[in-house]
Amino acid sequence: MLQLSDIITWIHEFLSANIPAEWAVKLIEYVLVGLGFLTLYALIALFLIIFERKICAYFQCRLGPNRVGPWGIFQVIADMVKILLKEIIPLKHNDKLLYYAAPFIVIMGSLLTFGGLQFAKGVHGVDFNIGVFYLLAVSSISIIGVMLAGWSSNNKYSLIGAMRSGAQVISFELSACLSMMAMVILCGSMNLSDMMESQGRLWFIFQAPIPAFIGMVIYLIAAHAETNRGPFDLPEAESELTAGYHVEYSGITFGFFYVGEYCNLFINAAIGALVFLGGWQPLHFPGCEGFNAVMDYIPSCVWFFGKTLLLIFLSLWVRWSFPRLRIDQLLHLEWKIMLPFSLFNILLMAVLVANGWVF
Amino acid sequence: MEIVELLTANNIIFVLLSMVILAGGLLSVLTEKLMHAAFYLFLTLVGIAGLYLHMNYEFLAAAQLSVYAGGILMLFIFAIVLVHRIGENSESVSCKKKGWAAIASFSGAVLVLATLFIYGNFANCPAADAFTESEVNMKLIGTTLLGTGKNQYLLPFEATGILLLACIIGALVIANKEKEEK
Repeated sequence: MLQLSDIITWIHEFLSANIPAEWAVKLIEYVLVGLGFLTLYALIALFLIIFERKICAYFQCRLGPNRVGPWGIFQVIADMVKILLKEIIPLKHNDKLLYYAAPFIVIMGSLLTFGGLQFAKGVHGVDFNIGVFYLLAVSSISIIGVMLAGWSSNNKYSLIGAMRSGAQVISFELSACLSMMAMVILCGSMNLSDMMESQGRLWFIFQAPIPAFIGMVIYLIAAHAETNRGPFDLPEAESELTAGYHVEYSGITFGFFYVGEYCNLFINAAIGALVFLGGWQPLHFPGCEGFNAVMDYIPSCVWFFGKTLLLIFLSLWVRWSFPRLRIDQLLHLEWKIMLPFSLFNILLMAVLVANGWVF
Repeated sequence: MEIVELLTANNIIFVLLSMVILAGGLLSVLTEKLMHAAFYLFLTLVGIAGLYLHMNYEFLAAAQLSVYAGGILMLFIFAIVLVHRIGENSESVSCKKKGWAAIASFSGAVLVLATLFIYGNFANCPAADAFTESEVNMKLIGTTLLGTGKNQYLLPFEATGILLLACIIGALVIANKEKEEK
């Protein structure tokens, strides 16, 4: 059966056969990989925008975009062309350097995280020894861009939005990291390839059902809060802050924040799928050989994107169902409920793993 | 050595990263706006993380990014936003302070260079290609940090932990005090 990794090996062999210099092959491959990631990044953002608009319409009992193309699926292409052609309006009395640097920092943080994911069997940008730690480390860069954007716009609303976003992201990062640590204890490695390998037998969520499930719920809430989406959308809070930290941005500079937000949605769901739900590994149960063999026929990238879409759908479901939290409720949720739970979860996982009480 | 020999990928990446680090560091000292200084510091920190990554010290690179670029710099920005008046330039430094700063930085540079030239062994310095052999194993870092044997660092690790705990308790005490006074 044709796998994505076979295509990559084929491209590599084709280039090596036709280009004598090794460094030229490497250079071309680096450029190709970079272009591939950027294209995938943009395509995923486009897909998620139309996906969210349709899902949101469904939740609100309306049709959603339905004019451009069948079921309105080309609406998002039209929107993309529009945002590319829009004028970037320069502001007076703002900090030019930081104002224009901020969107790049946001997009940089999310692209760096994107490169660390594993999309299918043998398809990933980088495979570090520290895998999970790398993902958590580089995803914390984006918030600096948000803070700089809010500050440099020289606007009260955007500054308040940025401050709220900073407090929120820093707090929820803790729970997200701690819940991932529990899974690192279960696997015994931070390397994503190792994690995938040990989930080939049985997904982590089935290997230690209780702590893994607690960890997954905590991770999903924390990750959802980190993307600044409702019910945690205090930084944007359109009814009180107009749009928060990116209110002064127009054209493609706003587009960067917008695309970054949707891709962060994807990245968070993908990390959740990789760490808890087995990533690109098919659903396997030890002992059921026939069932496992049938599941193996589904390509690994379908498994990965399927699980990721499921988690994205969960996230959208939450977003369009719950009203916005107050800032004190939000911080209470993190510091007094989720943090103790995730600390307890690590202990529980350590006890289970130390005694070998896992499947 | 010929110029062409020096043009390896390693050297080019090293020079580019060092340029980012040096430019960021210089600009963050020379700029008058505090927020700009924080931004240039961010460039420096990311550049240093890149240098670690280039040397295959991935754990250090990720720690650099999450602790310095993601954590401490964020704290700086919070402090600037909360304390500093928006958009105002910082006060210009007096001549006396500039003199002391010049003396301090000059003596620091002399100390570093002197140490390098006296104790540094340039002849046996590993070639630029040699330091990128293999990545440092995460398991090795873990056992070294949490082991009690020779060349293992459990005690310093725990001491750092206690120090941080003391900091948290101190911050809580200070925060509570202000509430009572109100």
